[in-house]
Amino acid sequence: MPLWTWYGLKQGKVSTNWPKAGEDGQAGVLGMPRFDPTKCEDGCRRCADACLPGAISMAQAREAGSSAAARLEVDYGRCVVCQMCVESCPRGAFATSEDWAFGTSRREDLLWAEAIASSEGTAVRNEIRRTFGRSLHIRHVDSGSCNGCESELQALNNPYYNLHRLGIFFTASPRFADLLLVTGAVTYALRGPLLEAYGAMAEPRFVMAVGTCAVSGGVAAGGYSCGRGLEGVLPINMYLPGCPPNPAAIIHGLLMLLQRMPQRLKHGQLTAGADRA
Amino acid sequence: MSEIGAQATTLDRPTRIACTDVNSADLRAHCQSALAAGARMQMAYAWFPDESSHPEVRYLLHWGGERPLHLWRCRPAGSALPSLAPISPLLSWYEREITDLCGVAFSDQPQPEPLVLLPGAHTARPALLPGLPEPVGYTPAMPSRLPQMSGPASEDVQRLPFGPIRADVLESAQFDFYYLGEAILHYQPQLFFKHRAMEKRFEGVTPSLGVVLAERVSAVGGVAHALAYCQAIEAAALCEVPLRAAWLRSLLAELERLYNHMHYLGHLCHTTTLKVGEAQGKYLEELAKQMNARATGSRLLRSLLVPGGLRRELRLEGLLEALEEIERQYVPYAALLEASTSHLDRLNTTGELSPQLAFDQGATGPIERASGLDRDLRRDYPYAAYRELPFEVALKDGCDAHAREQVRMAEILQSIELIRRILRGLPPGPVRASCEPRGGAEGIGWVESPRGSLYYAVHLDRAGQLARVKIKSPSFSNWRVFPFTVHDSNMMDYAINEASFGLTVAGCAR
Repeated sequence: MPLWTWYGLKQGKVSTNWPKAGEDGQAGVLGMPRFDPTKCEDGCRRCADACLPGAISMAQAREAGSSAAARLEVDYGRCVVCQMCVESCPRGAFATSEDWAFGTSRREDLLWAEAIASSEGTAVRNEIRRTFGRSLHIRHVDSGSCNGCESELQALNNPYYNLHRLGIFFTASPRFADLLLVTGAVTYALRGPLLEAYGAMAEPRFVMAVGTCAVSGGVAAGGYSCGRGLEGVLPINMYLPGCPPNPAAIIHGLLMLLQRMPQRLKHGQLTAGADRA
Repeated sequence: MSEIGAQATTLDRPTRIACTDVNSADLRAHCQSALAAGARMQMAYAWFPDESSHPEVRYLLHWGGERPLHLWRCRPAGSALPSLAPISPLLSWYEREITDLCGVAFSDQPQPEPLVLLPGAHTARPALLPGLPEPVGYTPAMPSRLPQMSGPASEDVQRLPFGPIRADVLESAQFDFYYLGEAILHYQPQLFFKHRAMEKRFEGVTPSLGVVLAERVSAVGGVAHALAYCQAIEAAALCEVPLRAAWLRSLLAELERLYNHMHYLGHLCHTTTLKVGEAQGKYLEELAKQMNARATGSRLLRSLLVPGGLRRELRLEGLLEALEEIERQYVPYAALLEASTSHLDRLNTTGELSPQLAFDQGATGPIERASGLDRDLRRDYPYAAYRELPFEVALKDGCDAHAREQVRMAEILQSIELIRRILRGLPPGPVRASCEPRGGAEGIGWVESPRGSLYYAVHLDRAGQLARVKIKSPSFSNWRVFPFTVHDSNMMDYAINEASFGLTVAGCAR
């Protein structure tokens, strides 16, 4: 065994210091496509046809004279980052991006919309900060995922991200947990166990939907085995779509919940100067 | 005998699958003589031809040697088909799934309980019956029915229900243990809490969009799933992918094997409480995922495959250097693992799986190769560029957790070598050809995923949309086998044994 001690010491420190400084480890990762409605062609619906989970949809035709862009609705809460819209658009209205910091505390912020005045939103986060200070214990529940979110959640504890350095821990018992972190589309079979886990948590307790499936059902939505993720199942304090969200995006979402990082996304658009988290 | 499309390769003429109509009365006799000749059943599934409500059941066979894969088609005469599970036990789960989702009954099924549907769950009509509307499922909270214990010591037998929400960041599944002291007397997994109806989700989707679903059936096997799906569509369309795309597909498949096997080693060390070994394995997995992201835009290698080839080129600059850095760190790490007695003591003789059991119950991939069964679809029925990339199949005969680790270790080195050869020999040219299957076509595709054999069978409707997609995943096969290695083992070894199988629940439950 001394061999392993020596080996471990010799490997040195490999953890990133991000978000304080250094690399986030996501070089090259394609994020949610950016949408520029000014480039849309009238009557074109190629992107909507190429969007399997229905993140892009055509609103009901309004009165004559309304522009094509006004009729296209984009919901990042349903986006599975497959990039099909980018490939199908002949005019470049959807473009690949490295935007993955998509954690939001309000579901509406995942909808692409013209900026509207917002007054609400910080009460919950202030409460979390007051309650938990800067540490957080998480109970993860897989409610019917493809194992992609689990793969990235497991990565949080690898030496590179080393989640413990941020004072965030996974815990086995919901009794000790502050946050219920849910992945997957919530199958009917797992709905009961999920609600039991939530019921076992002490107040105050919070819920985070990680991955597009938990936010909206993703590609598994509907049908005979599951509904639309956490929609209508539990109250959600933090939405983090992505398919799967990468480890840095998950860290961003968790730190956002603790008010240690700001929300980047408002009304489906990243705030200025926030190309990367 | 007729033929249907099986996956095409650019390097050879399309492989054809032999196809035979079998009378339901002759089914058992057929199966018996095939098994006697050394054949092994690969999977069974049902579908509804011509959007009717009359199901047809299909059986895929592997004769071994050079013979092509063989498909039997069988229409149930009367209310039920004879069950083949008594003579080919690995078919038992397939039959139970067909009963649950397609409503076909099997007479003399040794285990007639539902498999995919939980106890008490039901749908108004068979869920895979084509046409709208899709029935809504109903799953009541009900305890599973467990065996009664009797005998002089039955009072001392303890029951441990574990899951479906388990400690740590793990997939949901429930395990019931009956144990006496340390000894496990009976073990019963319930693996279908996560059943997301993925096969049903393909219905009505266009073939080119179906790949988005295939990538999300089991994320850590996303390349394998997408590739098997694309190959099935290409077989249906009799389309050949450009040579460069075929080579890049092999590259992606090996990159997937690499990060999966690194994760496997890290997780196995976690169960033997070798902390530094765990950290290093998971660090190597992270390095591999970051390498994936730089080359493909996705840590899990998604959004690249499409029927007809690839959706875009890869960014190959820097890939070889990143790969060699991983190799440089991996080699001493693996040597240290193989020299750590505390680690090896927990693996040797743990979870023994005899070659006979592995064969009969359908073990696949590294699990069967660790029990001495010499099978690998990359070599046996080459696809993508594997015909041009001969390699020696990693084989061990230890039949235990250590042998399963060793097979994966050998495959890591092999994958690195294969990637090096692909980067050296990569032909120039386009990466995508048009691929438009005609209405009513069907095809079968296969891939040796990191966890073993993966099959996709696709059927298109008259309009050329997907009508039925069957997914035979390696974890479905290996979860079937796994409990046989748990009975009569002990509680202390359970987690190690489970980790040594390297299973996913998402792949099994779909």
